[in-house]
Amino acid sequence: MLTYLRKRILSSALPLVVVIVGVFALARLTGNPATLYLPLNATEQMRADFTARMGLDQPLLVQMADYFGGVLRLDFGESLRTGESAAAMALRAFPATLQLAATTMVLAIILAVIVGCWAALKPNGVADRISSFVSMAAASIPDFWLAIVGIWIFAITLGWLPTSGVNGSEAWVLPIATLLLRPFGVLVQIVRGAMVSALSEPYIKLARSKGAGDVRIVTHHALRNAAAPALTVAGDLTVGLVNGAVVVETIFGWPGIGKLMIDSILQRDFAVLQAAVLLTAVAIFVLNILIDLGYALLDARVRPATVKA
Amino acid sequence: MATPLVQPGHQPPTSDALPEPFAVPPLEPPAAEAAEAGDKKPGLFRLLLRDKFATAAAAVLVLVGLTAVFGPALMGDLATKQNLLFANKPPFNPANGWEYFLGSDSLGRSVLARLVIATRTTVAVALPAVAIALVIGSLWGVWAGYHRGWRETVSMRVADVIMSFPSLLLAVVVLYVFNPSIANIVLILALTRIPIYLRTARAESAELQSRTFVDAARTFGAKPNAIIGRHVVPIVLPTLLTLATLEFCYVMLAESSLSFLGIGIQPPDVSWGLMVSQGRQYLQTAWWLSIFPGLAIVITTIAANMLAAWLRIATDPAQRWRLALPRKRLIARIPAKTVEGDK
Repeated sequence: MLTYLRKRILSSALPLVVVIVGVFALARLTGNPATLYLPLNATEQMRADFTARMGLDQPLLVQMADYFGGVLRLDFGESLRTGESAAAMALRAFPATLQLAATTMVLAIILAVIVGCWAALKPNGVADRISSFVSMAAASIPDFWLAIVGIWIFAITLGWLPTSGVNGSEAWVLPIATLLLRPFGVLVQIVRGAMVSALSEPYIKLARSKGAGDVRIVTHHALRNAAAPALTVAGDLTVGLVNGAVVVETIFGWPGIGKLMIDSILQRDFAVLQAAVLLTAVAIFVLNILIDLGYALLDARVRPATVKA
Repeated sequence: MATPLVQPGHQPPTSDALPEPFAVPPLEPPAAEAAEAGDKKPGLFRLLLRDKFATAAAAVLVLVGLTAVFGPALMGDLATKQNLLFANKPPFNPANGWEYFLGSDSLGRSVLARLVIATRTTVAVALPAVAIALVIGSLWGVWAGYHRGWRETVSMRVADVIMSFPSLLLAVVVLYVFNPSIANIVLILALTRIPIYLRTARAESAELQSRTFVDAARTFGAKPNAIIGRHVVPIVLPTLLTLATLEFCYVMLAESSLSFLGIGIQPPDVSWGLMVSQGRQYLQTAWWLSIFPGLAIVITTIAANMLAAWLRIATDPAQRWRLALPRKRLIARIPAKTVEGDK
């Protein structure tokens, strides 16, 4: 188990390292911050002072060492807008996104399991049709437009829900509904497919011959085997959820990491953008490890196979 | 995916059940081959006409393509012409004239004309991005899968790294550093989608390179590149083209999202995503400004999705016979493959 874990951590860490180095490289590509940050009428002396203070006159290797030291100490410098520590701003925005994403993912998984199992039990039934319609919609409807249509119908025309903000439970409905569509649409097809193949296994026939009902067969026999593929895909979907979160947070004014990123781009606040991007990359890294662990716990067949490979 | 609808004894129907181009007499293989080769294009086209969902989808895509090519010329300067007398006109009112059929914005510009102009920008970003990713990703993947070994390992690692990072974040960072011009958007979208083709092409080519006909070509002394070009690519191509149709949706949605967030297409250029974004602040008074461009996106992506689902069956010799059967909801029942298309 520990060998397995170590292998997974090593292979998932590679993207993380690439991101950290990539952000450093991009920071250098933006050009000299002195021309970017200082006003146009700044003197040569001011520019030189600024460059020295930022450590930009050091050799590239020294700069890189400084940067990695800063990353390890969570020190990304200060925000240009507020003068606050960039890491603190990113960490403060993070829980809002996490709440949104976690609620969405849990809801998506629960709904997908229910609808997917139902669809697998009765092919071409109501649930099956609903699930294939939603999957098609999920692949075709842009999430920002769905959010706007939701605001137009439920907030402006009907006046049931607020257009934005985080106050009260009503404020959660539209953001979650918007975010939910894509993970649900994908997961429900995965669960359905996995359930259909699990239900055709001989042990299900045995369970049926013992007189077990549909519900018991699904919950006690088939689901455990059908859950593993769904879990893998759920991991991929969470990476995609970050994309959705950026859009949804911008539209609904949700004070999360996605909104922070877009705001810092529009105001050319590189330190905050850097902190937010790295924090997201770390979160995805941790999540992938957790999902791999869950996968191994769930499906004993995975462990030896992965260790060998 | 198992399709419980169609199970005529798990056997493709005999040749008399097939429509004309596929009624291949089994006793004359040379003639049959010639007929099949000669009839391939019209056969596929006739097959398309048999399925009304796929026909409608193809028609929508052709319409979008024609609009992108000829629309701007037909509309002239209507999209930029301001007419404050006709500001914020609601849609579907014939009294305002055809140019305001879909309403007008706060400057009195015709929504219809702006939609047409935006079609060209949207297609001009999506098509090159898909094409670049398709060519690079496929060739790379076929090459990696054919040679196996370290080339395969390194390629897969690169694909993993790109895929494990949210594409929107990558686009956000890159477009922060370089300006969001159309060329940069195309490049970043292509870059993030290369792994999709890379993985698919690698898997197929790795399987093909151990087949007997590839072995035979090798024995006759064909060079690896010749084998890849002549024996591997033609077999992998239908799968990759189907994938590309699906990717067209994804890339279009991604461009719309970027434009919506203000880091994609920049005014005065206009794309569907940007129109939704610009109309958002008028949602209370003029809903049509952001609803119609969004509908254009949805209709186009649904059409591309449906055509991709149809193509997947039509280009698969083991499944093609299904299309020859009169089936109503076959296409609608094939779920869109979105697992990888979500990043």
